[in-house]
Amino acid sequence: MKISSKIYTTLIFVFLFAPIVVLLVFSFNEAKSLSVFSTFSFKWYEELFNDRNTLESVKNTLILATVATVISTVMGTAAAVGIHRIRRHWYRTLINTVTNIPMINPDIITGISMMLVFVFVGRLWGASNSLNFWTMLIAHVTFCLPYVIFQVLPKLQQMERDMVEAAMDLGCTPFRAFFKVTMPEILPGVITGAIMAFTLSLDDFVISYFTTGNDFQTLPIRIYGMTKKTVTPKMYALATIIFFVTMALLLLSNFVDNEDNRRLRDKRKQLKKKK
Amino acid sequence: MTKVEKKSGQSAGVALLPYSLWSLLFILVPLVFTAYYAFTDNNFAFTTENITRFFTATSEMRGDDGVIREVRTYLVIFMRSLKLAAISTLVCLVLGYPMAYIMARAKERTQKTMVTLIMIPMWMNFLIRTYAWMTILQDTGILNGLLGKLGLGPIHIIGTETAVVIGMVYDYFPYMILPIYSIMAKMDLKLLEAARDLGCNSFSVLKRVIFPLSLPGVVSGVTMVLIPSVSTFYISQKLGNGKFFLIGDAIEGQYINQDLHFAAAIAFILMVILLVCMALVKYFTARLVRGGE
Repeated sequence: MKISSKIYTTLIFVFLFAPIVVLLVFSFNEAKSLSVFSTFSFKWYEELFNDRNTLESVKNTLILATVATVISTVMGTAAAVGIHRIRRHWYRTLINTVTNIPMINPDIITGISMMLVFVFVGRLWGASNSLNFWTMLIAHVTFCLPYVIFQVLPKLQQMERDMVEAAMDLGCTPFRAFFKVTMPEILPGVITGAIMAFTLSLDDFVISYFTTGNDFQTLPIRIYGMTKKTVTPKMYALATIIFFVTMALLLLSNFVDNEDNRRLRDKRKQLKKKK
Repeated sequence: MTKVEKKSGQSAGVALLPYSLWSLLFILVPLVFTAYYAFTDNNFAFTTENITRFFTATSEMRGDDGVIREVRTYLVIFMRSLKLAAISTLVCLVLGYPMAYIMARAKERTQKTMVTLIMIPMWMNFLIRTYAWMTILQDTGILNGLLGKLGLGPIHIIGTETAVVIGMVYDYFPYMILPIYSIMAKMDLKLLEAARDLGCNSFSVLKRVIFPLSLPGVVSGVTMVLIPSVSTFYISQKLGNGKFFLIGDAIEGQYINQDLHFAAAIAFILMVILLVCMALVKYFTARLVRGGE
């Protein structure tokens, strides 16, 4: 790399990491200031672990993300298998276009439009408060689904198609053929998709904001509430913890991906040798 | 078609069924509902009043020169959103394009590390990232502290349009770099050598070979930055001190007021305009690519 490129890259990374460094450093600040560092302390972490509302919202976020991930992974994987087998061109284009909508549409429109449906249906039922855990869950499953589908589809395309039919010729039911033959092949895509769904659900604020009720608060919504007032470094401590947890998840999904690539490479080598 | 093929085809149809229903109910129906709410009043009778209100509602606003004028509220907000989003997208492109180029030319292992490093900030909660910028840019914040030590400043950024642009650029920068990088990394190096052999200098290689080839990446980068920055609603509240209302803030405001029909109308107009923008971008790049050939 040329010197000028090195300087440029460094400047860009300074810009990208400045706020993160600020967060990490000031979460260990003894004083309440977010701009002058006094002494190192774990004070804000202690305070965080004594804040019952925040811990409750962490629990809520994890429950929601887990359920949303399970549902979107199962439904998304099944959908990918179905989409992969579609023969009619117009039908495939239609499904692909619809699946792309939540990824392209601005979050605020996805959130508002779902909220309108929930409120409308709630009113038909005569419910006074139509937004709750379930509406939020539906919203989360909806925006996670495309990511799962687009992670699993390429894995299905890499797979040899005859294998499933061979299994069925040998007497497997379609269901059994899926678990015995297809699943092991597409598993890395399913896992990456699930991890993406989980992190997206953990992190989502905008769509949650419009589909949540009063009785179920997730962490991003709680953070939004906290930043309306002046913020203490307690929130920075929280951000630091979230940061390391998501980093761990990211590394895990990278690891799964690398292992899968290595497996594919080995397999190709073996095939070449046989030929 | 063999029997087995037919059977597996049928079961694939069954596998797709739950998702088809789900996407109909929770992707398509909500979009229809947005239009429905936009064109009805509180009793669900047809009206165009919400749409007209967007284009005609007026209020008094203080201009840059300090004079108070009667302006079309939502049109002003909308134009401001477009302007700030366009500036942010341009800044992302100008800063991101060289970065993507440098990345694509680096050693393979360095490339991987750089991609991961660029993605890391995306995994920090968006609210907290924005809040951190607020503490950096404040008048008594870290930036002014550093400038003070250098004997410069202080500069006043927080609460200006510049601060909002910095926030948008920061939040959506990776969306610009990554698509351009992934196109550039696949580019055939022999083409660049050939252009050079045929007498191109570095600048014309960039203009005649690299840029036209990277255009699809630029287009997806531009859309991926433009769309979220047009519709954002938190950045402007925190970094603009609430002075620079954007279209997203307007939608949120109507939601808080529980004026759902007007919120739907704003969302509907935003959606239509974004669709038109994307169609235009597609049309012009198609022409550019054909013109380059």
